[in-house]
Amino acid sequence: MSGTSRRVLVTGLGTFWGGRVAQTLEADPEVEVIVGLDTTEPTVELERTEYVRVDANYSILARIVRAAQIDTIIHTFLVVDPTQMSARAMHEINVIGTMNLFAAASAPASTVRNVVVKSSTIVYGCAASDPVWFKEDTPSSRPARRGVERNLEAVEGYVRDFAQDNPHVNVSMLRFANVIGAELETPLTRALELPLVPSLAGFDPRFQFVHEADVIRSILFVLDHNLAGVFNVAGDGLLPWSEVAQLCGKRTAPLPPIGTSLITGPLAQLGLVDLPEEYLQLLRFGRGVDNSRLKDFGFRYQYNSVQAVEAFIEAVRLRNTIGTGQPTYRYERDVEQFFRHSPAVIRD
Amino acid sequence: MDGGTEEHERLVASVEESTSRSLVPVPVVEPGPEQDEASVDGRRSDVDEWGRSQSMRALARRIYDPIYSKWFRVEWEGLENIPTEGGALLVANHAAAIPSDAPVIMHGIETELGRPVYGLADNFFKRVPVVGTLWSRLGGLPAHPDNAYRLLKEQGQLVLVFPEGSKGPAKPFNERYQLRRFGRGGFVEIAMQAGVPVVPIAVVGAEESMPTLFRLPHLASFIGAPYVPVTANMLALGPLGVATYFPAKFKLRVLEPVTFNVPPDQERYSRSRVMDWSEAIRDRIQNALYDMLRNRRSVWFG
Repeated sequence: MSGTSRRVLVTGLGTFWGGRVAQTLEADPEVEVIVGLDTTEPTVELERTEYVRVDANYSILARIVRAAQIDTIIHTFLVVDPTQMSARAMHEINVIGTMNLFAAASAPASTVRNVVVKSSTIVYGCAASDPVWFKEDTPSSRPARRGVERNLEAVEGYVRDFAQDNPHVNVSMLRFANVIGAELETPLTRALELPLVPSLAGFDPRFQFVHEADVIRSILFVLDHNLAGVFNVAGDGLLPWSEVAQLCGKRTAPLPPIGTSLITGPLAQLGLVDLPEEYLQLLRFGRGVDNSRLKDFGFRYQYNSVQAVEAFIEAVRLRNTIGTGQPTYRYERDVEQFFRHSPAVIRD
Repeated sequence: MDGGTEEHERLVASVEESTSRSLVPVPVVEPGPEQDEASVDGRRSDVDEWGRSQSMRALARRIYDPIYSKWFRVEWEGLENIPTEGGALLVANHAAAIPSDAPVIMHGIETELGRPVYGLADNFFKRVPVVGTLWSRLGGLPAHPDNAYRLLKEQGQLVLVFPEGSKGPAKPFNERYQLRRFGRGGFVEIAMQAGVPVVPIAVVGAEESMPTLFRLPHLASFIGAPYVPVTANMLALGPLGVATYFPAKFKLRVLEPVTFNVPPDQERYSRSRVMDWSEAIRDRIQNALYDMLRNRRSVWFG
């Protein structure tokens, strides 16, 4: 990491994203301190990351940044799955959380020098008039109407403002395509695990995926290389939705393309199919993003879209046969505190 | 040998680096430096990342060929004006209620020159179930400047656009062969950015293959279509006429390519220059049409 030690703040430690990033950073000797924030306890085992429980919109953030002399912020706590919570709660986390984060990072005499923000390609929207590939600077075809899209637009606005006001800080924003892999659960992975994969009759759009491992690798890559700017993160290649279903060994169940929400509404109520509006639109028109910008800086993907889907379905098959497998980790505050701070523990 | 060991060391180093970083308990897939993006194994269909399928294109060509050669009896002149390699933007006049000119031009160039042509069209198609998917499998793309640029500049392909847009096919029969406004000259700007020539094509015959008698604007705005025509084919053939063309004789003339002496990849070009070129190209096609119509003895036999 360019020879300097880092003091890192990771938001969303309780999520897949934050937890895995923190775990990877722990292996790096040049990372001196890792502070993780979340409203919920971490779900992965961490050795030296300090977990701080905060409220959803980080009101004590400025104090943490100052007290721990944080120089690097990795902001992963952005919810892009609207089925997880109400629109209001999502707004609180995404928009207000980001606002407070950047308010803290831009406080006078702030030590922050690097910021990495996780965004999503959902911010491009999804419409019939879309280009085949979105580049980082292609505007979306029409104004954002739905919750996640609007949230992300506001978030990206704060990121841009912050980058403009603080030219000495490396600000990078990663827009992830549909993330898929062994662990993460999204509306798309849930749809692909159903006995019949929902689709829209007469539509077979192209989908692009990025594997979980590449997600974590890209965040660290951007950090390692001190990159600034916006980057699409998506595996090579796009495949039609029907083929995604085939790769998963499933048949598709076509929903009527007109008045789709009349069908999906009741299905969601019954807890059978939970496809929010953003994803229904994706099943209609799909979305492709140009991933060449990050590749031009030397990033190499380990998985292309097909391999990512295959890795996902292999993990699903394994899980369906042997259950979740690994013993689930539970965060015990006292145990963690003991290992980190007790004089009885010998550390080297 | 030296190079080989160096390569090996580099590889080992990269593997070590990647394993120290890898957390997710899945086997690491070695990408391999020579991995070809197109030849992804494990694929179940031949749909490429643009959404087109070569097998469906081949099938469509087989089905369409008799219509092209027996029904419309297409004749070309000036085919040598189409570059045999590198990108070029083909620009033609647009007509017939369901435009018959696009498939004629695309199929014609593919059979006569063996080069694929990709048509950019109004995104209305993409919203129609089945039609949108078929259209995309056959190589159709929504008319977005990014799409045109990528095909022309990065892939060096032939791209077909109709600058009149839907105003061309929507015009009534008594205004046939009267070119509409060429949009806002966007096609000139794209060709300038991509640094490719514009090849104008004049098409005679499409207007008579499915003449629009009048339009139903209320129905069009209700279903969100650019226009809903009532055609002579419908009156003559009934329901069959919705999708049946009259066997008008098609004649196409490829005009001299137009090259622009401007540096490519500029963000913006002088508006007056773009509009002047757009108008000049429109004039050339219009004059070629007048010339061809002067020499046409019969609508059906040319």
